[in-house]
Amino acid sequence: MGTLLFVNMEETVSIILFGIGFTMLMLHRNLIKKIMGMNIMDTAVYLFLAAKGYIKGRMVPIVTDHIQDVSAYINPVPSGLVLTGIVVSVSTTALMLALTIRLYERYGSLDLDEILMRAKEEERT
Amino acid sequence: MSRLRDDYENSWWRRFQGWVDGETDLLAEGMEIRVPGSGKEDPLGEGKKPDVQEQGRHSKPAAGPGRSRTVYNGRGIRYFRRFYQVMSVFLCLSIIFVLLWTVAYLPAFGNAGNPDNNEVSARYIERGLQETGAVNIVTGMILDYRAFDTFGESCVLFIASCCVLVLLRIDAAEGDEQARKRLAEANDRIFEPKNDIILQKCACILVPLILVFGIYIVLNGHLSPGGGFSGGAVLGSGLILYLNAFGFGKTERFFTEKVYRRMTLGALTFYCLAKSYSFFTGANHLESGIPLGTPGAILSSGLILPLNICVGLVVACTMYAFYALFRKGGM
Repeated sequence: MGTLLFVNMEETVSIILFGIGFTMLMLHRNLIKKIMGMNIMDTAVYLFLAAKGYIKGRMVPIVTDHIQDVSAYINPVPSGLVLTGIVVSVSTTALMLALTIRLYERYGSLDLDEILMRAKEEERT
Repeated sequence: MSRLRDDYENSWWRRFQGWVDGETDLLAEGMEIRVPGSGKEDPLGEGKKPDVQEQGRHSKPAAGPGRSRTVYNGRGIRYFRRFYQVMSVFLCLSIIFVLLWTVAYLPAFGNAGNPDNNEVSARYIERGLQETGAVNIVTGMILDYRAFDTFGESCVLFIASCCVLVLLRIDAAEGDEQARKRLAEANDRIFEPKNDIILQKCACILVPLILVFGIYIVLNGHLSPGGGFSGGAVLGSGLILYLNAFGFGKTERFFTEKVYRRMTLGALTFYCLAKSYSFFTGANHLESGIPLGTPGAILSSGLILPLNICVGLVVACTMYAFYALFRKGGM
């Protein structure tokens, strides 16, 4: 398993990054830090996709010198998927930050537990 | 009989069942009791009175056992926190372990024989230039073969900016909101550098260059690395720099909410109609009448160039809108 992990080093690193982001999401109570963890998870996914599309010793998928052979270029599909991922990540990050601003204005805290506590209190009264 | 029922009502099992059914929230009770002790700085101001009521209501059923509820719940919360942390670390480690195990069985990195290098990507590479006219195969893929996917992405950006607008917009019409708007503007003025000469001179030089570079990236999306998304982000950052240097008064001369609305709507509508036409004619084997041009020329590859411009406009407007909304709650 160790040598196999070393051969797939890029994927291994992306999995570890994903785990770090997930741990941040679970353990931090600050909403901004949760959003940071989410972004680290996004980055891990981009790294994983880019690593999956790479083929050793080949060019970027831009046609040069009229070469249209499969053996000349890397796989273009994961690159397009990474683009989709980046766009969705930007949108969700902006949305989460806006929600965080509104929550802070309402409850005066970024701590998720405290926000939930205050919300419950208001619900009761 | 009644004592039995009381025992049952107070039993762990009954409470667990109630918690599962959503009737009572053990956690919420503990948190609520904990508040009066620690909630000295209550920004809401009216936290004290309801708490007394709550205590009165809750002390009635719990009067039987002689232990102090507050201490019990505080300890419970602490135990729960500790348990939560341990379990979340355990969960994260197990997820990492399972994923790493999966990675160990993935095909080797950078190998041409991997199963993801299948006939789909081969087709894109071999026929992409003839079918789409784009030299950049990735652009040809995302704006021709899978153009509806990119349309969805543009819509995601547009919807995200709409949601941020709904959440952060400060409406001046209401009386209460007006006070908050004044507050927000005052806060903004504190941090805003007033006529910063270094920033303004740098912006004078940099903003035209950034905008021209962004336009170059958008227009060359089918020939070189780049395209609507990256070029639009560069354009948006140029606009944001201009806004930072010269303030909202000068930006609003050419970029207001109305301009934003019209540009985004026009770009998305054009994208939708053009690509619907192209897909309709293509699926029915009709002649679409869109010339592909010579590959490598700037006016080539059919619809890709106009679609790139549309995507670039949407992305630039969205980036600028995000910044303006987060800064002062309006455009």
